[in-house]
Amino acid sequence: MPQKRVVLKNCEIIDPRDIDSFVQRDGFQALRKVVEEMSPEEVIDEIKSSGLRGRGGAGFPAGLKLDLTRRSPAEEKFIICNADEGEVGTFKDRYILEHDPFSLIEGIAIAGHAMGARKGYVYLRQEYSWLLLDGLQNAIDQAKGLVNIEIEIQVGAGAYVCGEETALLESIEGKRGDVRYRPPFPPSEGLWRKPSAVHNVETLMNLPRIILRGADWFSAMGTERSKGTKVFSVCGDVANPGVYELEMGSPLRELVEELAQAQDIKMVQVGGASGRVVPYEMIDTPLSYETVLGAGGVLVFNRSRDVVELARRTIEFFEEESCGKCTPCREGTKRMVEILERLEHHRGRAKDIKLMGDLSETMMLTSLCGLGQAAPNFVVDTLEYYRADYESRIQPV
Amino acid sequence: MTPEMEKPILPILKELQGQHRCITPDMIVEVAEASGATVGDVYGVATFYSFLSVKLLGEHVIMVCKSIPCWMKNSDLVVKTIEQELHCRVGETSEDGKFSLLAVNCIGACDQAPAMMVDGQVYGDLTPEKVLEILSQLGR
Repeated sequence: MPQKRVVLKNCEIIDPRDIDSFVQRDGFQALRKVVEEMSPEEVIDEIKSSGLRGRGGAGFPAGLKLDLTRRSPAEEKFIICNADEGEVGTFKDRYILEHDPFSLIEGIAIAGHAMGARKGYVYLRQEYSWLLLDGLQNAIDQAKGLVNIEIEIQVGAGAYVCGEETALLESIEGKRGDVRYRPPFPPSEGLWRKPSAVHNVETLMNLPRIILRGADWFSAMGTERSKGTKVFSVCGDVANPGVYELEMGSPLRELVEELAQAQDIKMVQVGGASGRVVPYEMIDTPLSYETVLGAGGVLVFNRSRDVVELARRTIEFFEEESCGKCTPCREGTKRMVEILERLEHHRGRAKDIKLMGDLSETMMLTSLCGLGQAAPNFVVDTLEYYRADYESRIQPV
Repeated sequence: MTPEMEKPILPILKELQGQHRCITPDMIVEVAEASGATVGDVYGVATFYSFLSVKLLGEHVIMVCKSIPCWMKNSDLVVKTIEQELHCRVGETSEDGKFSLLAVNCIGACDQAPAMMVDGQVYGDLTPEKVLEILSQLGR
């Protein structure tokens, strides 16, 4: 299967600084249809039956999230776009924001109409603030009067965990990005305790496409539980790093070997630092929620790479980015870095591998949010596929 | 329990950081009084985000990405080049107060690895020559 540009259909075709070039490619047609011809319930039904799921990694049904927020009784509600793309190796939302900010605005307006929000926020990571002036803010200004919603950009200040939706809400409220206990979930109590739907950039990009071409068209693409397409960013040991869009269910081999031109692959991590590891022997694994996906960051490692060193660097990242609120994540990442440093320097102890397994299990089961729950993924997977690489670092007694 | 904050702290601190290149203890006390939050709350925010600093930063802040995709493309060499040129190490500020060198997590420029951010602008596909050129443009 070749690339299928649905989400990215305007990218590198329209001028992202000129709204007319967007309007000429059916821009705002879906929004017009929604406002003039459809009730909010009909919009939600269409999104529900399309099978669209969240593209930030968790895969929650997008229509259901909108419906839950719509049903929460409150005068004021918020639609929030999560543009805090901090996952290591992930830059697909950056590419979207760079090349087609208008479709995102249309998606936010459609979602806002469906759930009854008059105000939307885009939470943009500080690292992407260079996208603002010429890009997103300019696009929002140009779209004023054409969309029925007020959109405000909130720029973060550098914190990976703020990509987690409740930490993101805390940060918009101007506080530390500490994760909230759930329930209540954002659709009932979100920003300023008002019902809020937090959606990834790519999820919202899909809404105008679904409205314009219909749920049946959309759900004809993909696998049973993964409909539509997925946008991936590929980097690491590849000749052509970049952003590619494929139909859900496409084999990983196509993405990394054919499109990104990787050679001599040892393994691929799908979903960034928190993603799952696929050894080369399983390179034909289909990309979907049923198998591996995450937010779409794909890291390719060739045979020269040392698994234990990569593991240490991966866990070090989580140790730094842990918000520190819950013990399993805060302490677990720290202890795991200690163990991995020992192993890296061939000073591993006999019980280290078992200890890492226990730590991983505790973190995955008891951490408060996805950061701590997913942090051990690289270690768990490489312990399964490359156990000898760890065992050879244990010092004989 | 902390009383419900009246004013969002983060935007105030970001502005202070932009103006003064750091957030001092005095500023923390002032912001706490103005916003109805505790000193601890404000300090908590000031030390949580990587773009805020309680240490005085240089005129130009160089943030070299150290995450795995950039490290795989030899970001260590980028860091070493800057350290040698500025005579300061990661986490430090050059003696003339002009440059701070930080190593940060993924900045989302992995397709241009190794990459760095200087004063909010991204520079990618870095080589030692390119790094030195950027530094000299910044008045090194």
